[in-house]
Amino acid sequence: MFSNYVEGLTLCARRVQTFRPWIVRDYVKCTGCRLCEIACSIKHEGRIWPEASRIRVFMLIPGIEVPHLCAQCSNYPCVNSCPVEALSIHEKTGAVIVNGEKCTACGSCIKACPGEVPHLHPDRKQVVICDLCDGDPECVKICERAGYFALFKGNRTESINYDLYAKNPEEITANLVINLYGEKGEEFI
Amino acid sequence: MNYGYTGKIAEVDLTKNDFEERSLDTSILFQYIGGRGLAVKVLWDRFGNRWREIDPLGPENLLIAFTGPLTGYLAGARICVTGKSPLSNGIVGSTASGEFPIELKCAGFDGIIVKGRANSPVYILITDGNVEFRDATKIWGLDGKQTTQAINKEVRKIMKERDPKFGLWREPAMLYIGPAGENNVRNAAVMQKWTHACGYGGYGAVMGSKNLKAIVAKGTGPLPDVSDPVGLLNLQEKMYDSIFSDPQRGFWGTGAGAFSVGAEASSEPVRNWQEEWHEEKSIGVINFETRNWVKRYWSDFGCARACMKLAVVKSGPLKGAITDNPDYELGAYCGTNLGFFEPDGVVYVSSVVDDLGLSGINSANTMGFAAELYQRGILTKEDFDGIEPNWGDAEAMGELAKLIAERRAIGNVLAEGTYRAAKKLSDMKGLDMTHYAVHFKGIEVGAHGIRTGHHFPYLGYALSVQGGDHTSIPRPPLSEALAAMGDSLVICTMSLGWGPIQGLIWNFYKAVTGWDMTQEKWMNNNGRSIIQIQRAALLLGGPDIVWDPLTDDDNPYRWYTPLPSGPYKGSAPNKDQLIEMRSKAYSEFGWDQEGIPTTEELIKLGLEDVDKAIHHLRK
Repeated sequence: MFSNYVEGLTLCARRVQTFRPWIVRDYVKCTGCRLCEIACSIKHEGRIWPEASRIRVFMLIPGIEVPHLCAQCSNYPCVNSCPVEALSIHEKTGAVIVNGEKCTACGSCIKACPGEVPHLHPDRKQVVICDLCDGDPECVKICERAGYFALFKGNRTESINYDLYAKNPEEITANLVINLYGEKGEEFI
Repeated sequence: MNYGYTGKIAEVDLTKNDFEERSLDTSILFQYIGGRGLAVKVLWDRFGNRWREIDPLGPENLLIAFTGPLTGYLAGARICVTGKSPLSNGIVGSTASGEFPIELKCAGFDGIIVKGRANSPVYILITDGNVEFRDATKIWGLDGKQTTQAINKEVRKIMKERDPKFGLWREPAMLYIGPAGENNVRNAAVMQKWTHACGYGGYGAVMGSKNLKAIVAKGTGPLPDVSDPVGLLNLQEKMYDSIFSDPQRGFWGTGAGAFSVGAEASSEPVRNWQEEWHEEKSIGVINFETRNWVKRYWSDFGCARACMKLAVVKSGPLKGAITDNPDYELGAYCGTNLGFFEPDGVVYVSSVVDDLGLSGINSANTMGFAAELYQRGILTKEDFDGIEPNWGDAEAMGELAKLIAERRAIGNVLAEGTYRAAKKLSDMKGLDMTHYAVHFKGIEVGAHGIRTGHHFPYLGYALSVQGGDHTSIPRPPLSEALAAMGDSLVICTMSLGWGPIQGLIWNFYKAVTGWDMTQEKWMNNNGRSIIQIQRAALLLGGPDIVWDPLTDDDNPYRWYTPLPSGPYKGSAPNKDQLIEMRSKAYSEFGWDQEGIPTTEELIKLGLEDVDKAIHHLRK
């Protein structure tokens, strides 16, 4: 019993930082303001374009807002599934980088992603995935600046399994709605 | 192609099951901008020469939902819904926040005009460049929360079937009605995302009269091109700096008013305005905050202020109620006005009226009116089908809201709105009950009293072209053109209008559209024209009610009754003084001493057709 306790403490303490950024998402705090989508689409598309944003806030039930974006899985199923090698891993940040010229918008990566995170660009024939803005994500900057911290910048550590965050927004919604609305929430799932 | 606009309006004919794309002349957009202003122009051009004949609940009336050029660019996203009002018989620009205007613009439309009447319940689905009609028989009768969930599910399925490779489809955005709108309750709202209401004007009833359950939009395009993208980015940075520099900017929303407007300003409706003062600390925002709020900040697309909160009743007999905030207006109307001061009760009644698709301000005014008649023994338990609407009984008030929305028993009369119900009940009971009706030109008044002389202006509502609408108040010598500005650009006044960056609004307008406008020009020309057209429509009224300015440009009877309690006990406006003030305001607004816009004023504004249409009103 005592040794388990010590082991637990050791595990907590061993939060080895990797210097790779990770966008921490605190779903309960998301206000649904979508300033993240505005910032992302201005950065990547030069204009406000919600469905071209690499981060999309799902609001399948009013009040239950789920920011949906790449979690940079340890085994990168999306990258491995790409038949034309259009996806690669950024050396410094670990982000998935889409080569728009190679991508054929076949959708293999969407199917391979456990959270169905990638989606097609509404206009161009390619998929869009969060590229972590080269380590300084715009979505995080605006959310931190607004003081909401629904998204904030962290560094990947070894004690967290980030793969679990590649999760379908419907599943996250089903949890969150109970968290926020209690039993009543079951009516909306 | 004009910057800031998609350049297309969808005009839908429900009778013919048909739609066409319309474009608007640049000169009209330049003059009327969008939202309220543009809709007023459209309505007047169609109906101006026979305004009185148009039945607001007939197929001929238009249901208009317009965005503005700044929608989505300036913090927040609102939609302006209007048409001929079934309450005032004039035009009310009724706005609410939510994602619908963004989805609409991303689908390629600046707005939608709906005419006609469908044979059976339908909803309209707008996708990229396309408008279609879908059967709503199965969702007719559902409450707001159920409606939202059913349409979300159906539309996501449709989108997935049409474009399965896209990836996960998000939910669409929608304007919808609840049972109250379906049953043509005159103060039914057009709703968005469970709790956000285009409340004033009764446009939920207009949708219901058209057999239209919802207008749903899912667009995948960008917001329209802007004239000066770099200039716009700089302005947005300034805006964020200004708003974000205040960490408590939206923390309490307007909810703190539920205590302070009563206890300190003494201008809050208490038991149907029998009093305007209370000092019930239980309704203090600290109790909502610590007991009910599950989200401290809740907002809509692009909002930087987040004055909305998400509130839930977590235990007790009212458990399971969900609403936003509640903001000040519903804290007052669904709280103090109905005689209760506990957060759970306020959240519960707000949630009930949301679900039914009633306007929380307007219908709770009617409920307060009915409860006072019950208090006085004029209406009985039998009239209410067994309900006893005692002050302070939240559950009974929830049942009363249902009675009205479903038009059962006395609810069928109350569903006509406070003023019409008062007239009808007076006939039925042989007693004058209009003295208990606190409304302005059929629009039940907002939750801000005037009797102290320090809160809202004495003649604010009396001279408003939108009646009791607390968001559209002239402050003589200034006309309501300022309110028409926000509603025509379709921006959020909470986010910016009252903030320190209000002075940047026309800079935003210039960066987005490339056009010049000054506050002075807006107040003296563009905005003033909108108000004069609205005034003309309001005075023409009809077909069931016509207002007489010298009688109806006045406060309701109750507001001349001295306040019975509180620090302003005994305070009431002096009628003779007000008549004098009114006479002066008439001149300032370009109206003659009978309250009719003068020929000189209308010609100066280029509104010759308006002059012609109201000529017969002049003595």
